[in-house]
Amino acid sequence: MNCHDPIHHPDGLHPSQGPGEQTDNTLGHAARTVTVRNCLGLHMRPVMRFVDLASQFQSRILVKRSGRAVDGKNPMELMLLEATRGTELEIQADGPDAPGAVDALTALLKSGFGEE
Amino acid sequence: MEIKKGIGVSPGVAIANAVVLDAEEYRIAHKTVRDEEIPAELERLAQGFEASLAEINTLRTTMARQLGADIAAIFDFHHGVLSQARLRDQIAALITERHYAAAFAAREVLRGYQRRFLNMQDHILRERVRDVQDIERRLLRQLIGQGGENLAHLTDPVILVAHDLTASQIANLGRTKVIAVAMDAGGLTSHAAIVVRSMGIPAVMGLKDVSAEVSGSDTIILDGTKGLVVIRPDNEMLTEYRAEEQRMHAFVTGLIELRDKPAVTQDGVRATLLSNIEFPYEAKTSVEKGTEGIGLYRTEFLYLRSEAEPTEEEHYQAYHSVIKAVGEKPVTIRTLDLGADKYTQSQSREPERNPFLGLRSIRYCLQNLELFKVQLRAILRASAEGDVRIMFPLISGLMELRQAKIVLRDAMEDLEEMGVPFRQDIPIGIMIETPAAAIQIKELLREVDFISIGTNDLVQYTLAVDRGNERVASLYTASHPAVLRMLRDIVRSATRAQVECSLCGEMAGEPMYVLFLLGIGLCQLSMAPNDIPEIKKTIRSTSVAHAARVAKRTLTFDTDRQVTNYLRDETRKISPELL
Repeated sequence: MNCHDPIHHPDGLHPSQGPGEQTDNTLGHAARTVTVRNCLGLHMRPVMRFVDLASQFQSRILVKRSGRAVDGKNPMELMLLEATRGTELEIQADGPDAPGAVDALTALLKSGFGEE
Repeated sequence: MEIKKGIGVSPGVAIANAVVLDAEEYRIAHKTVRDEEIPAELERLAQGFEASLAEINTLRTTMARQLGADIAAIFDFHHGVLSQARLRDQIAALITERHYAAAFAAREVLRGYQRRFLNMQDHILRERVRDVQDIERRLLRQLIGQGGENLAHLTDPVILVAHDLTASQIANLGRTKVIAVAMDAGGLTSHAAIVVRSMGIPAVMGLKDVSAEVSGSDTIILDGTKGLVVIRPDNEMLTEYRAEEQRMHAFVTGLIELRDKPAVTQDGVRATLLSNIEFPYEAKTSVEKGTEGIGLYRTEFLYLRSEAEPTEEEHYQAYHSVIKAVGEKPVTIRTLDLGADKYTQSQSREPERNPFLGLRSIRYCLQNLELFKVQLRAILRASAEGDVRIMFPLISGLMELRQAKIVLRDAMEDLEEMGVPFRQDIPIGIMIETPAAAIQIKELLREVDFISIGTNDLVQYTLAVDRGNERVASLYTASHPAVLRMLRDIVRSATRAQVECSLCGEMAGEPMYVLFLLGIGLCQLSMAPNDIPEIKKTIRSTSVAHAARVAKRTLTFDTDRQVTNYLRDETRKISPELL
């Protein structure tokens, strides 16, 4: 399975951490595609909430939009993605807490930042 | 002498010498450094970032304490951007690889970001370029080490004249001798205007070229109430404004003593004076001015302060803090009254031809039910904590009122399902601000618990005058006999139906109209907190019997001119300093 494909795991676990597999805690990896739902997209306030949440994880967070990837902990870069409503974003995390980070961040995006 | 007209974004009058801030505040030389100077430039850069972050932290804390978390949130992004290692690395790379001086490198990198912001399609995102400029100026000020200190070191009060100031530049003025602000750019809803208004510094914006017309040390009169700036005033004008300033000062000192006395007429009729507020922190100011409750809590700021719609929790927190400030006093929350402005116009695919008659206020809410319900749920949640009332704006017919009530019932059911407490019989009221509502008042009164007359819009719609349009603004007056008769009829109907009636337009805060309003039987007035002492003094200086005679006479006049002259004379008779 290509890790860059959209992945939907109801239990939030990446296959590399599935039962019976060896888990390398320093090289965790997870990714998932999600659609921006809140009406005005990733504007100042949603961006700051995203960054605040992303910064709680040790993993490196990448946010990708049609091939362009930016640091998920960098508010200015995130805003420059111009992710308006309906934009598909891939959230990718690399690091010890990668699956948790992807879960939390996609959940935040799916919640529409409580705007809907 | 020259008089310039702009937009009064923060009321009050100031007279002082000008200090002009250059439009290009920091001219950064294309300076390069030698190899051996690179470590020193990198060190300067590190210190610049550190100092800027510290500044933002302080600013955010002070802002949050003085003006509430809403306004402070503007600075979270600035902090977030400057904490990024990547930004610092990009600047450092220009220093080490191209030998740029720190300030030059920082400007190049941040200007690059500004260009990328300006190239975006989404116009709301594009406007955030202002914040990147703000960040740039702050950092450069640190890097070139002169730090806007010139303002901090002023010894005499000055009026600051500038092409454009950012919200954080204005926020910093609190510790300086700047007593008023005049700007070429800006408008009522800019971050800069919101901050300057909440700091209570008189300001006029949108003056187009004031910074070019004024030289440093020119004397200036700034009237933030009328939106005027007088450059190099003649002696007559100066004397007039100085006298006005002194009279106001003496008068205001006297008014403070009235704070704890009731608004009762000489024949013993008790009036209720409430306040109109926009920001939660104003609730506290209102209590200090002797308010008896919040008669109009405008909730638009929640929507205007940033690009995203506010969440239910953000609504709730704002309402909660107002209730906490006023205790058991009533709080009337008006639901979203946006339209005919930036916010809704930017949401619609094509701008409306006639926004004042367009999709605004309750109409906008009824077409955006999810947005509406978020606010209604938050108001209902707040109703469990205090005397909260809910008020729908711009009602023009019974169907709108009924639809709004159905949505409110939906919101109640949502909360019931979640087991969240709220007040089942929360009083429901409407603004009377369209001629249609005024004429159909009897039917509307049967279906509401209270009404509040919004004279600003009612006058505008009755007289068909846009008071924001300078060419016709002089036709806008609450003294028009048609308006006064309408008011009398509304109050009469409400009294007969025994429905609580108040008036919350600017008219309520003008001493000149107190006699007339009392005289037609209106005893609840809601106004800007600052107007309360003056209106209280007027009420305490007269009797309802006298007011009724004045009102009766007022209604016999044919023209607004006669009405205004008569009401001025009568008011002057009872309290000469009021006008």
